[in-house]
Amino acid sequence: MPKRTDISSVMIVGAGPIVIGQACEFDYSGTQACKALREEGYRVVLVNSNPATIMTDPDTADAIYIEPITPDFLARVIEAERPDVLLPTMGGQTALNAAMALHENGTLERLGVEVIGAKPDVIAKAEDRQLFRDAMDKIGLESPRSQVVHDMEEARAALDIVGLPAIIRPSFTLAGTGGGIAYNRVEFEEMVANGLRASPVDEVLVEESVLGWKEYEMEVVRDHADNCIIICSIENVDPMGIHTGDSVTVAPALTLTDKEYQIMRDASIAVLREIGVDTGGSNVQFAVNPADGRLVVIEMNPRVSRSSALASKATGFPIAKIAAKLAVGYTLDELDNDITRVTPASFEPTIDYVVTKMPRFTFEKFKGAEAYLTTAMKSVGEAMSIGRTFAESLQKALRSMETGLDGLNEVDIPGGAEEKDAVRAALSQPVPDRLLIVAQAYRHGLTTEEIFDACKIDPWFLERIREIVEVEETVRADGLADDLAGFLALKKLGFSDARLAELAGLAEDEVAQRRRDAGVRPVYKRIDTCAGEFPSPTPYMYSCYEGDGIVPGECEADVSGRDKVVILGGGPNRIGQGIEFDYCCVHACYGLKDAGIETIMVNCNPETVSTDYDTSDRLYFEPLTAEDVIELITAEQKKGRLKGVIVQLGGQTPLKLAEAIERAGIPILGTSPDAIDLAEDRERFQKLLQELGLRQPANGTATSTEQAEKIADKIGYPVVIRPSYVLGGRAMEIVHDLEGLRRYMTTAVKVSGKNPVLIDSYLRDAIEVDVDALCDGTQVYVAGIMEHIEEAGIHSGDSACSLPPYSLANNVIAEIRRQTEAMAHALGVVGLMNVQYAVKGDDIYVLEVNPRASRTVPFVAKATGLPIAKISARVMAGEKLADFGIDQPGPPALDQIAVKEAVFPFARFPGVDVVLGPEMKSTGEVMGLDRDFGRAFAKAQLGAGVDLPVTGTVFVSVRDHDKQAVLAPARDLLDMGFRLIATRGTAAFLSEQGLTVDRVNKVLEGSPHIVDAMIDGEVQLVVNTTEGAKSIEDSFSLRRTALTSGIPYYTTIAGARATVRAIQAMKNGSLEVASLQSYFKNAE
Amino acid sequence: MSETKPSTTAVPPGVTAALVLADGTVFWGQGLGAAGETVGEVCFNTSITGYQEIMTDPSYAGQIVNFTFPHIGNVGANPEDVETVTPAARGCVLRAAVTGPSNWRAAQPFDVWLKSQNLIGIAGVDTRRVTRRIRELGAPNGALAHAPDGKLDIAALQKKAAGWPGLEGMDLAREVSCTQTYQWDGSTWALGQGYGKLKNPRFHVVAMDFGAKHNILRCLTALGCKVTVVPANASAEEVLGHEPDGVFLANGPGDPAATGVYAVPTIKALLETGKPLFGICLGHQMLALALGARTEKMHHGHRGANHPVKDLATGKVEITSQNHGFVVVEDSLPDGVEMTHVSLFDGSLEGLRLKDRPVFSVQYHPEASPGPKDSHYLFERFVAMMERQ
Repeated sequence: MPKRTDISSVMIVGAGPIVIGQACEFDYSGTQACKALREEGYRVVLVNSNPATIMTDPDTADAIYIEPITPDFLARVIEAERPDVLLPTMGGQTALNAAMALHENGTLERLGVEVIGAKPDVIAKAEDRQLFRDAMDKIGLESPRSQVVHDMEEARAALDIVGLPAIIRPSFTLAGTGGGIAYNRVEFEEMVANGLRASPVDEVLVEESVLGWKEYEMEVVRDHADNCIIICSIENVDPMGIHTGDSVTVAPALTLTDKEYQIMRDASIAVLREIGVDTGGSNVQFAVNPADGRLVVIEMNPRVSRSSALASKATGFPIAKIAAKLAVGYTLDELDNDITRVTPASFEPTIDYVVTKMPRFTFEKFKGAEAYLTTAMKSVGEAMSIGRTFAESLQKALRSMETGLDGLNEVDIPGGAEEKDAVRAALSQPVPDRLLIVAQAYRHGLTTEEIFDACKIDPWFLERIREIVEVEETVRADGLADDLAGFLALKKLGFSDARLAELAGLAEDEVAQRRRDAGVRPVYKRIDTCAGEFPSPTPYMYSCYEGDGIVPGECEADVSGRDKVVILGGGPNRIGQGIEFDYCCVHACYGLKDAGIETIMVNCNPETVSTDYDTSDRLYFEPLTAEDVIELITAEQKKGRLKGVIVQLGGQTPLKLAEAIERAGIPILGTSPDAIDLAEDRERFQKLLQELGLRQPANGTATSTEQAEKIADKIGYPVVIRPSYVLGGRAMEIVHDLEGLRRYMTTAVKVSGKNPVLIDSYLRDAIEVDVDALCDGTQVYVAGIMEHIEEAGIHSGDSACSLPPYSLANNVIAEIRRQTEAMAHALGVVGLMNVQYAVKGDDIYVLEVNPRASRTVPFVAKATGLPIAKISARVMAGEKLADFGIDQPGPPALDQIAVKEAVFPFARFPGVDVVLGPEMKSTGEVMGLDRDFGRAFAKAQLGAGVDLPVTGTVFVSVRDHDKQAVLAPARDLLDMGFRLIATRGTAAFLSEQGLTVDRVNKVLEGSPHIVDAMIDGEVQLVVNTTEGAKSIEDSFSLRRTALTSGIPYYTTIAGARATVRAIQAMKNGSLEVASLQSYFKNAE
Repeated sequence: MSETKPSTTAVPPGVTAALVLADGTVFWGQGLGAAGETVGEVCFNTSITGYQEIMTDPSYAGQIVNFTFPHIGNVGANPEDVETVTPAARGCVLRAAVTGPSNWRAAQPFDVWLKSQNLIGIAGVDTRRVTRRIRELGAPNGALAHAPDGKLDIAALQKKAAGWPGLEGMDLAREVSCTQTYQWDGSTWALGQGYGKLKNPRFHVVAMDFGAKHNILRCLTALGCKVTVVPANASAEEVLGHEPDGVFLANGPGDPAATGVYAVPTIKALLETGKPLFGICLGHQMLALALGARTEKMHHGHRGANHPVKDLATGKVEITSQNHGFVVVEDSLPDGVEMTHVSLFDGSLEGLRLKDRPVFSVQYHPEASPGPKDSHYLFERFVAMMERQ
């Protein structure tokens, strides 16, 4: 049956900000869905609060609402747009939950909106633990024994049935939030309590542990004619007990016989049919007992997911795109397989390579967080790699992580490796990088059986690691093979030159040279959905080593003779480098394509839009290491003309490769690597600023503790201290005294001549300003000036900001513009540049300059309506700003204000303080867009999941320094009818100033104290600023309680002030919605 | 596609096996399984699982199977996942070395099993390259040799490959068919129970064995059919002498035209009786020939577990297991014979039926093993026909 003609408009809901468990994969799927539906002539209405997405680009949908994803706002959008149908399966759990809420509160029925893809009853059946279980019983599929509970009493009764260890799974939460594995009764009670709180319906599933069983996922697609296909099977290398998002996984499943695989296939399809997913993609998870093959169903997601993005990238089958078309009535056989273009979409992809996905963690960012993996997801990103064999794929994945690994590097066994028991103990801990411990265990002489007993990783995977370790030992003992066949054999196992260099005690360059001299070069194979059965005109490729030493390997790169540009992506997401940089890379592809230049994308992050084969002309799914990148560029240079490589859009990852690429004689486009270095190099940069007559906070560079002490003494405390060359403020701290400095120098960094620390004067209460500018070498366009809400000292990525500035004086703005232009010229910027300033009164200090794309580029583009990333790529390729009609120094005065707010993963890290500082901790951002600051800020808060109150009680507790400053907002709150409560010092101060305030005990002062009041629901807003290690520690439970109880909290005065303006705006009339396009109607 | 003609004089170090195509192309590798030489048509299979079932499928008689998935052998070999007692495939070509098995049902490593079955294998070959070559140039004849001492006479192997007559005109069904009639009572496999036995037989089916996969017989048994298996060259009188409720025409290898010389008259006679008749693969081709249609050799055939087939009556798509190198020519179907299924990969004919009689057949493998079980309904359809008789 062809597409539906009874509908003309479709509403799609995005996933909102990037959080743990919901990353770029939903931009990838949502963008595909929008494109697919517009291609069919439907009007697409999109709601997403995340400005860093491709899906919120004005070209992606007909009407884009950058508004909070709440039932209230969605209802307003529906009222404004009156879409015929709502497709809720593209925006993760966020969109699914929002659609359910709109269904339950009657909005959809009232406004006559039909839900397509997955109906509300289907969503309920898939998401509600008990309904799901009942459904599985009905079709004869086993589930782990379990009980649904709603309170502690029921939970205790359930424990008698299930036994310990028990798995706690809260209903309707994302990526297992609030869940875990309880090994004893104490943990059990604690986790059930947490789970009940985390679940929006106060429901938790207590489940039999199938820890150590093998874990599988099946990606299934179904159409309304009941055609079902499996896109991909995925096997978790880490057994049950670790969230699949935190597990190393491989595709396809490697340790099943066909009989077992078919049981799983049949079961997956039966699950979709029984749950009633009419159309689209779903994911079904299974556990298999390795001893007897017993199979139990764990769960299913009736929507596209992180795994479906992975399956799409792993096979070349675009699940989201197909799912969108199925949702509007097509059947699978009516759709084409885009990759082969000669076969239909109704088939099951088969692959002839092994895909490995590896999660990336950032435990180091969260002091107090335990680096243990459980059923609640904690990773912030992932890399995918493709190799002809598991060994090759695994080693490529390890070096794709950018965590300093170039293979199965040696690790220290915690507790020493002298005793086998210590090694066994280490193996039994579910920790990140456990495969390195497996390798180390082999080095210490453990057998596969011993390792399996300790970690339950399938022996097949263990044995492959053993083989790698054995070859490593040979190289270590005998050195590097120089002959073609020997070298080839090593490379076929996936060894990087860097790892071989380490093993053979050589320099990496020497290994690379010897390899090339021996004629050992990779070849490129295509990801074609069909294992070579049909020709594939789609250049979606990965590297591998083939050939037998006499006949060279067969390469399918089929390089074109066109003018081309290589764009290097950002690799796995991490805090500080995420979707914003992928957005820039995607825009480079779009822009250069428009300019008629062939675009070649290189990236290894399966979640992204940049790794969609549809985004660039040619896609290499490869690790972002010098070796892998230079090899593929060399292959591309065999024909056509490589104009150059773009390294300034993918964040720090490609920048780090710039030097090696340049050394290999490959041209780099845009700002020269030397200028980039100049900006990063403290001393060179300082000289430049002096020449330009610009100011910097007093600063110095230290290579030892003694030197650091001297510098800090000279500058005066507090100082900001950090290692050089960092992104996301890694290990950056504000230090208040000598003691703090010494502690930092001894515990936080390893200082050396090569790795100095940078020390800056900390400008207290200064306003921080972020500027993004474009430069073509002669003309400068200051694209966006953003005023931070939080004061200088809070990492810019964690700070809210406003565009245009909401409080800066015009002369300050003009001066900032002037300084930005001066630096752009002086650095010879070609492309993008970001500057961070601190403003104190009329004094402007330059904090940092980065001649590259910044995290705020997409925000600026959305707020001002100019696609600066796209333009920057074309400027790098030689065009001038004037060619794009840019003749002004910056955007015209805007009618709207855009506020960016950061979103944090604290809820996932129990025991971690939520206080902000110079080290970045946020995973994502939202944008609030409106005609005035208060409303825009309110929308940003709501978008970030902060439920701002309009009545109730506000708790205030501020450090002495902030007492005067808190007065105005406190008074405003009283005026709006809020009740104020405060701890002794703050209460005394406010009373003295004539404000009505009630005193409440600090936690240390005993019950009933503030935390009791918060838990009892007596507090609706918290303003808490603090400094000094002791007070921070004392008030920790306060902030943590605010977080877990969902009470809005502000840890800076500036934040509190802005919030007050937001609440005022909310009280002065409801917040309205407007499409992004409507803000720029006049501009067109 | 790069067409580097490999030299036959230089030999890479450490090779113990070679696949030599009739045109002289050599793929070097490491031998596994039995030592020795074999010759056959080189075909590729894109299944990821089910290598043991594939190697024991009698339809691979005369063929060397090139597996597109690099890791073959991961789950070892076991006594259950077999489709015949004596494998008929000639050998296999693999990308990665066979590893130790990891599966609870594994009884021995795959390479050890290959040796026990006297099957030759080669690993270390870029099987994607082989696949692309087959895709572009058609399925070649090739000689596969495994010499543990590394002594390989490439010229002789090429001569052997070039001299092999090829599958066209070859009656291989005769070689793999049973020679004596026997009763089959094994049923399908279930997790935790293994294979079942026939219970409460309701119908009697005579299966003409052109190289039957056991799972076809098991599927019939599971639906309550007592199965009598007769040799490929059984006469209609012999078949009917068993007083069957329905007749099944099994899959098998080789050129249908060659086997048809003796099987077609039998089938023609059986058609006259009006008894329900069901054919799979070669059985389907035999039926088509008996009805007056034509078969032809395909460029490189269909082999895999992901082939989409559309049921023209319902419009539904089933994902099927396939293994055939010959096909029934759609245009040659006589009046009264209807095409029922079509391949969505290349539009070729995948099923037919008689409009006026309970007779039907499919080109693909509803018994799966390996592969998806989407088409199991066809067995039920056959049983329903017998019910109506």
